[in-house]
Amino acid sequence: MMFLIATIALFVGMCLVLARLYAGPSLYDRVLAANAFGTFTVMFIGVLGFLMERPEFLDIALLYALINFVGTIAVLKYFRYRAIGDTSPTPEGEPTSVGKLNDRGVRS
Amino acid sequence: MDVLINLVLFAMMVATALAILRMRRLFAVVMLAGVFSLLSALLFVTLDAVDVAFTEAAVGAGISTVLMLGTMALTSREEKMPRKFSPLPLLVVCITGAVLIYGTLDMPSFGSAQSPAQTHVAAQYLERTPKDTGVPNVVTAILASYRGYDTFGETVVVFTAAVGVLILIGGFARRRDPEEGDAD
Repeated sequence: MMFLIATIALFVGMCLVLARLYAGPSLYDRVLAANAFGTFTVMFIGVLGFLMERPEFLDIALLYALINFVGTIAVLKYFRYRAIGDTSPTPEGEPTSVGKLNDRGVRS
Repeated sequence: MDVLINLVLFAMMVATALAILRMRRLFAVVMLAGVFSLLSALLFVTLDAVDVAFTEAAVGAGISTVLMLGTMALTSREEKMPRKFSPLPLLVVCITGAVLIYGTLDMPSFGSAQSPAQTHVAAQYLERTPKDTGVPNVVTAILASYRGYDTFGETVVVFTAAVGVLILIGGFARRRDPEEGDAD
């Protein structure tokens, strides 16, 4: 019963995060919403494991937490440098001044 | 209750797909595609296919997001509006969907004990695996023991592909550096 209520609460939270993801005016809202949804995935898998009486799902939930973390780092790196692979400084200046985005997603 | 959880997850997936359709900013589309992939991973978990779910999350939400962002860094950040409505893509999508649904009609019903997956060699593997290998998880035992060389070959292929993609992306970024200021 307790896990059922937790599942319902998680679904409500997911719906709120998805609403922010669809509506979110700025890109940062969307990054944060995607990251929060990943966290909800982790929690949902954990709760589902106890709900289905298979608590070993908890290990898998930990792996999802790792993926979520690395994915968010990659997205934020794209924000900062506007490239994923090579971020060494360009000859004419620092890469930080080249690729900065303002919150509308346009390079300043 | 399983059905209820599946229904909620499917509803969220449909809503996400519709939002992807309406979105023009490609960055938001990439974020939504990652969330879509996480939702389908959750569906796989509720179907008890945990390993498939993990592959879906790692490839769909992890690597695909990074690769699409890398592509966006090299190309454009906005989707171009189509000038006029073209019926051909819609037709292709509808026909493909119809064929896929037609293909599921022949399949055994979900969880059926009479399906070929249950009656063929699966029972033998379930019986023999603990004796033969001593690995508690049967899927892992089949992948890493019975088909060890096969899995090794697949790993080599995936590794080679990853190295190739890294070389391609890195090479392009360095070549574009001089005109970085006025690109876009």
